[in-house]
Amino acid sequence: MSSVDLNSKIPNNVGLADDPKLQRALEKWLPNYLEWWHDMGPTDFEDKPVFLRTAISVERGGWANYDYVKMPDYRWGIFLAPNEGEPTIKCGDDAGTPAWLDVPGEHRNALRRIIVTQADTEPASVEQQRLLGHIAPSLYDLRNLFQVNVEEGRHLWAMVYLLHKYFGRDGRDEADELLQRRSGDADKPRILGAFNQPCDHWLSFFAFTMFTDRDGKYQLAALAESGFDPLARSTQFMLTEEAHHLFVGDTGIQRIIKRSAELQALDPNGDVRAQGGIDFELIQRTINYWYTYSLDLFGGEISSNASSFFASGLKGRFHEHRFEDHRAIEGEYRLPVVEGGKLVEKDVALRNAMNEVLRDAYVADCERVIARWNKTLETAGSPTRLSLPSRRFHRHQGIYAGHAFDPQGNLISAEEYEANRSRWLLVPEDNEYLLSIMKPCYEPGKFANWIAPPTKGIEGRPVEFEYVKLHD
Amino acid sequence: MQQPAASSPAPVDFEVEPEHYRHWKVAYEGPVARVTMEVDPEGGLREGYELKLNSYDLGVDIELADIVRRMRFEHPEVRVAVLRSGIDRVFCAGANINMLGQSSHAWKVNFCKFTNETRCELEDAAGSSQQAYIAACNGTTAGGGYELALACEEIYLQDDGNSAVSLPEVPLLGVLPGTGGLTRLVDKRKVRRDRADVFSTTAEGIRGNKAKQWGLVDDVFPRSRFDEKIAERAQAMAERMAAQVGKGSRVGVRLPRLTPEVEGRNRSYRHVTLTVDDQSRTASLTIAGPTADDVAILRKGGDAAHAAGAELWALRAYRELDDALLHLRVNNPTVGLVLVRTTGDAQTVLDHDAALVAARDHWFVREVLLHMGRVLRRMDNTSRSFFALGDAGTAFAGNLLELALASDRFYLLDDPDHVVHVGLSDLNEGALPMAHGPTRLQTHLYGEPDKLDGLVGNRALLEPEDADEAGLVTVRLDEIDWEDDVRIAIEERVSLSPDALTGMEQNLRFAGPETPESKIYARLSAWQNWIFIRPNATGPEGALTLYGRPERPSFDWQRV
Ligand SMILES: [Fe+2]
Ligand SMILES: [Fe+2]
Repeated sequence: MSSVDLNSKIPNNVGLADDPKLQRALEKWLPNYLEWWHDMGPTDFEDKPVFLRTAISVERGGWANYDYVKMPDYRWGIFLAPNEGEPTIKCGDDAGTPAWLDVPGEHRNALRRIIVTQADTEPASVEQQRLLGHIAPSLYDLRNLFQVNVEEGRHLWAMVYLLHKYFGRDGRDEADELLQRRSGDADKPRILGAFNQPCDHWLSFFAFTMFTDRDGKYQLAALAESGFDPLARSTQFMLTEEAHHLFVGDTGIQRIIKRSAELQALDPNGDVRAQGGIDFELIQRTINYWYTYSLDLFGGEISSNASSFFASGLKGRFHEHRFEDHRAIEGEYRLPVVEGGKLVEKDVALRNAMNEVLRDAYVADCERVIARWNKTLETAGSPTRLSLPSRRFHRHQGIYAGHAFDPQGNLISAEEYEANRSRWLLVPEDNEYLLSIMKPCYEPGKFANWIAPPTKGIEGRPVEFEYVKLHD
Repeated sequence: MQQPAASSPAPVDFEVEPEHYRHWKVAYEGPVARVTMEVDPEGGLREGYELKLNSYDLGVDIELADIVRRMRFEHPEVRVAVLRSGIDRVFCAGANINMLGQSSHAWKVNFCKFTNETRCELEDAAGSSQQAYIAACNGTTAGGGYELALACEEIYLQDDGNSAVSLPEVPLLGVLPGTGGLTRLVDKRKVRRDRADVFSTTAEGIRGNKAKQWGLVDDVFPRSRFDEKIAERAQAMAERMAAQVGKGSRVGVRLPRLTPEVEGRNRSYRHVTLTVDDQSRTASLTIAGPTADDVAILRKGGDAAHAAGAELWALRAYRELDDALLHLRVNNPTVGLVLVRTTGDAQTVLDHDAALVAARDHWFVREVLLHMGRVLRRMDNTSRSFFALGDAGTAFAGNLLELALASDRFYLLDDPDHVVHVGLSDLNEGALPMAHGPTRLQTHLYGEPDKLDGLVGNRALLEPEDADEAGLVTVRLDEIDWEDDVRIAIEERVSLSPDALTGMEQNLRFAGPETPESKIYARLSAWQNWIFIRPNATGPEGALTLYGRPERPSFDWQRV
């Protein structure tokens, strides 16, 4: 592909046309990316026109252009959110001083690691979701799935741009490796745990976009506070797209809850499964499973990495500008730790608790969504209420990993945990049941029995709009 | 002077038995031993840190040293030991940073020295005992973890897109990889120095094929085939090692606890006594030489020595000496001068040595000799002044003469009423080399080759005057001068700066060439010890001090 083609194919505001070095790097990478998309992206829908939103500029509204597009023709662009005024370092020892427009050598390795870790999650989720199109509950949902997929692809582009532009040969090597790792592969797994978990039905998809993409939102928001200006602006722009992913997850589960409540009322015994729906225990187990795997993504509760990222101004807190003290050199954070077989409160230096501070914001956000879901249940007249498990439950990272907790956060024995596992967490039989009820529903305006239709369609189109053209 | 308070933590015990390991599991399957590191985070030797991610402290390393030693004596059938981690995706994170951060300088230095000695002991097992260690790095292999792997014959890394080998000490902690990492990188694995430079300044390390290309590991295997590939490599290595071993089965010799009598800081073993005098900051270390009975056993040959097992004088006495030296180093920090005596009969020692050497075709006797060599090297590396005192009743001959040659000075009594004999055996001429290669005798007479030639092969007992003439004695004193001159020498010695003495002694003890092993101590450890006390590492704003803390280090940029 010539560089002229490249520039027209890749909408951008990073001066790609005048950057031969970047062009050369992307020219090499693009064919491998397309090959990866072909191999690991959504299967069997490559030739179908999908009503997709494409970002073509950073101007107002420029990020949301809707049209029918075949996914391999999607224009994966590279955008930096515009700066208002002179950018500064937002946190840490050098808060208030001018931001870095280039990578400072001192922080090169740390920044590369941060970017690679974020970048790795983008293709990973596409891989996790690649088979879901075959059992979509509606064309509306199918379209949403594909929208999420192409945007995760664009997020990969956004991160690869940073690696190519600012990290030299190492960066190019890392960009190549991003296309070589595979979600769930025993030998070449994705970097983070949640991105290697199977996501083989739509309940998990909605839970993933609700909980795991929401971790993404908070990671991106923390990186949007970075003193490395290109990273800050890149992630800021990604947040606009991420909001839609969260919407898909949040409303997806909300629509299932609504439908299950209807089926519960419909059935003489209040048995949702008897009506082919998804029972609330199963929904709760799904919440328990994906919420806790997503909590892991924030990293250790007490972390010297988190401290040094914050201190160096590489990664801030959620909405750093709302804090008064951006240095956070003093101050402590109290959290329960396991000591001698008991939970005791411990104070740690605030900087070392920055992962936990970010996790707090995330937990509060999740609580708000759960409250909305419970509102749905209340409106539908269902007595059931859903809840988030304790953040200590079912953890694989951090200070609670390796200890057994019940969903209320009480320390329990390993035996007790094992005995209750199938009540608390997804089990293989759950998957079997979900796969048995999830049959594709491809007729415009029709929805699978286990989910309610949305209240409105996309971009002013009606719910029965043909969001994906499966037939010419 | 700082005396350990009554409330100071319990003295470190260097003896441990497999049934009490907290951090390691060892499984023996014929010629293959599987050594699994699974450090108990709560099992630190001292309060105040958690041994997360297979990080280690002195207690963890004492167990490893025990494994390596028992492998040689108790499991001579083993040809290859596969070292791996019991924790998923983590091989070993190296020395525990919080432990280092909270430790005194002396503790850090003793810790590093001991871990270095353990790695040298492990590394030497392949060539000397045909027991090769293979590092099966089934996860992140960082810092001291990679240095442990470097001490092994072969290193294999799991290729899972994530597991890396790394030496993050310089970029992350502002100190050096202190257990031979830098030396072994360029000296043993012959990694190019420019690549070694890049590798040692990249905190996240290097993984996958690049690690193999650069020679940091011998191969990388995918996670799903890692165990199978390691088993193949272990098999091949076991065959290679077995080809170098004579026929016949070997039955191990158990090493029971030494159980000395302990009174305060004094320790009385069967053959060795260590007495500490806090007031004068001196200690007396006395070794009782072999008896005629010990010689008689050896004269019956290797099988008889093997039957005597751990009770054999040459093994028992040197195990005791080893334990005493370790206690001296770690539990008696203020003792500056050690007065070394060896009691017994000089001719009996020479007879003992001759019989021991005659039986050296037996694997067990060979192991005993290797062990004696290691203990003496531990003495060479001990940062205390040693004066050997050859007064009435002492027998500095043969292997016991090595103690005088390892000492910084040798005072010998010249009293016609109590003739103290000195003499050489084969053991002074090659079997017990120093870390830098030559024997203690060669090192001692490095500048007087004629005197060395005159001594080599001489098996006659030497009277004090002849010994002095031959260049073996620092100061020869008659019975009238002995008391006062020795007392004054001791008092003078303990009045000097302990730091300067440590540096001076280490410079004077190792005349002649260097080996990778001696470089590790002389170059790496010495630099490390300097860096450890520099403000850039351990000052209030130093990188090691602040690691894990909210503040960032700030350096004094002046190159020194
Ligand atoms: Fe994303
Ligand atoms: Fe997303």
